[in-house]
Amino acid sequence: MLLLALDTATSAVTVALHDGDQVVAEESLVDARRHAETLTPMIASVVAGARHRPADLTAVTVGVGPGPFTGLRVGLATAVTLGLALDIPVYGVCTLDALAHAVALRPGSPAKFVVATDARRKEVYWAHYRTNDGFPQRVSGMPQVSRPADLSDEIRALPAAGRGPLLYPDCFASALQPLDVPAGALAAYAVEQLRTGGELLPVQPLYLRQPDATPSAGPKSVLPR
Amino acid sequence: MTEPLIIGIESSCDETGVAFVRGNTLLGDVVASSVEQHARFGGVVPEVASRAHLEELIPTIRRACEESGHRLADVDAVAVTSGPGLAGALMVGVASAKALAWALDKPLYGVNHLAAHVCADVLDHGPLPEPTVALLVSGGHTNLLLVRDIASDVVELGSTIDDAAGEAFDKVARVLGLPYPGGPHIERAAAEGDATAIRFPRGLTSRKDLERHRFDFSFSGLKTAVVRWVQERERAGEPVPVADVAASFTEAVADVLTRKAIDACREYGVGDLQIGGGVTANARLRALAQERCDAAGVSLRVPRVRLCTDNGAMVAALGSQLVQRGLAPSSLDLPADSSMPVSQVKAD
Ligand SMILES: [Zn+2]
Repeated sequence: MLLLALDTATSAVTVALHDGDQVVAEESLVDARRHAETLTPMIASVVAGARHRPADLTAVTVGVGPGPFTGLRVGLATAVTLGLALDIPVYGVCTLDALAHAVALRPGSPAKFVVATDARRKEVYWAHYRTNDGFPQRVSGMPQVSRPADLSDEIRALPAAGRGPLLYPDCFASALQPLDVPAGALAAYAVEQLRTGGELLPVQPLYLRQPDATPSAGPKSVLPR
Repeated sequence: MTEPLIIGIESSCDETGVAFVRGNTLLGDVVASSVEQHARFGGVVPEVASRAHLEELIPTIRRACEESGHRLADVDAVAVTSGPGLAGALMVGVASAKALAWALDKPLYGVNHLAAHVCADVLDHGPLPEPTVALLVSGGHTNLLLVRDIASDVVELGSTIDDAAGEAFDKVARVLGLPYPGGPHIERAAAEGDATAIRFPRGLTSRKDLERHRFDFSFSGLKTAVVRWVQERERAGEPVPVADVAASFTEAVADVLTRKAIDACREYGVGDLQIGGGVTANARLRALAQERCDAAGVSLRVPRVRLCTDNGAMVAALGSQLVQRGLAPSSLDLPADSSMPVSQVKAD
């Protein structure tokens, strides 16, 4: 097995390669504005650095968000095209779940925590997790988008990973690492789900918001009143 | 030896297009449009367009493969619109094209959308005469170009200083109570109308404007004049002669576009004019262009309507020209450039 993992739903562009036993290569770059430019060169670098060729890949896994839309779509468009061109399966993982897995993989990680990432417009994407045998489980249902000040006291009291607590320190009790999702954790999460028959998602973006647009009204009068 | 097989990917506005071209021959051409999703907004909503591109991307590539009888593995080079256009929309196509080029280990060409419009016609009428003057008119652009070499020497003579011609059609359609997109509905209404009924203004054609804006266009004043004319009738409680307004408006647009295009041919001593872009679907524009080209001794080239609107075919056609002329491919870190200048035919 050679699984390529990538995510562009947080401020990082991140790519990793997993051989079924472990992460064999990983690269990340924090630059929220250059996802489209940097992703494929990074994939090329990670795969070549591990002395593999594109045709060696056996599967792709991609973070399907939630995250800022433009960057998110770069990752998804890349992943589905690789799947088609190389004729290999593509698996979706909720980006917040992958970030939660990165938290859980760290020694001394808390049993209960929140992942809260930057949703722009003064909001965060968030979900509440509990670890079970070192594997994170979402206890708050589907990820949500909220103003941090509107989160319940119970959620705000938990330590939080992601950029939420960095951006809104008054709204979270304490901050956890990492700030952005690392593709190595995404890869490990997908491999674990594949191994145990756990759930992976269809490769469709989790937008959680409707496009901003208002149906057009009639033409304004151009005549003097 | 057979010529290289090029796949072209287009996602700069509201059409997801994928096509295969070998040499100057079109082998498969599939377009998925999100135009209906924009109708109730009265114009293209960038986020709606970007979402639709991602949804349609893989189905469109698959259908283009089926239509062309080729597999992706047969491709020799990947061409993609890298600009100008809507940034978020462009990024979907650019990301996909990069992934494709890397997975197939083939060169990637990021190409200019406007230069690609000019190139579409090689698929219908063979090699482009050079130099040629090109007039591109759509909902997103209105440009007059001097093309000395389609791969490396394209100069913008002028462009719209406000609305694109196609936008004016949409806005006038709205004031006349016709649906979006306005072009086809205005054309249908105009068929019954008198084009000389109302003398609407021709933007940037006065002597003073011609000094500074000889080859530029302006449709904002025309649009406002039409809206004012219609609203005055409505306020007076008079019926609005929709057909006459549509025909007279169309005449004003077609008159300015063709007049300036012919003027450019004369100024630069160019004997060929090529028109493209979605507004080229308008029969009156095509007819007037033909009439004026005949009178000026200029030969006119217009691709079939399907190749005038946005599609992957024109992108593959330009990619094919770049490959045939031996140009170096673009880098895998090429950006989606929403304001890519037309002088830049290929991204570095
Ligand atoms: Zn166009």
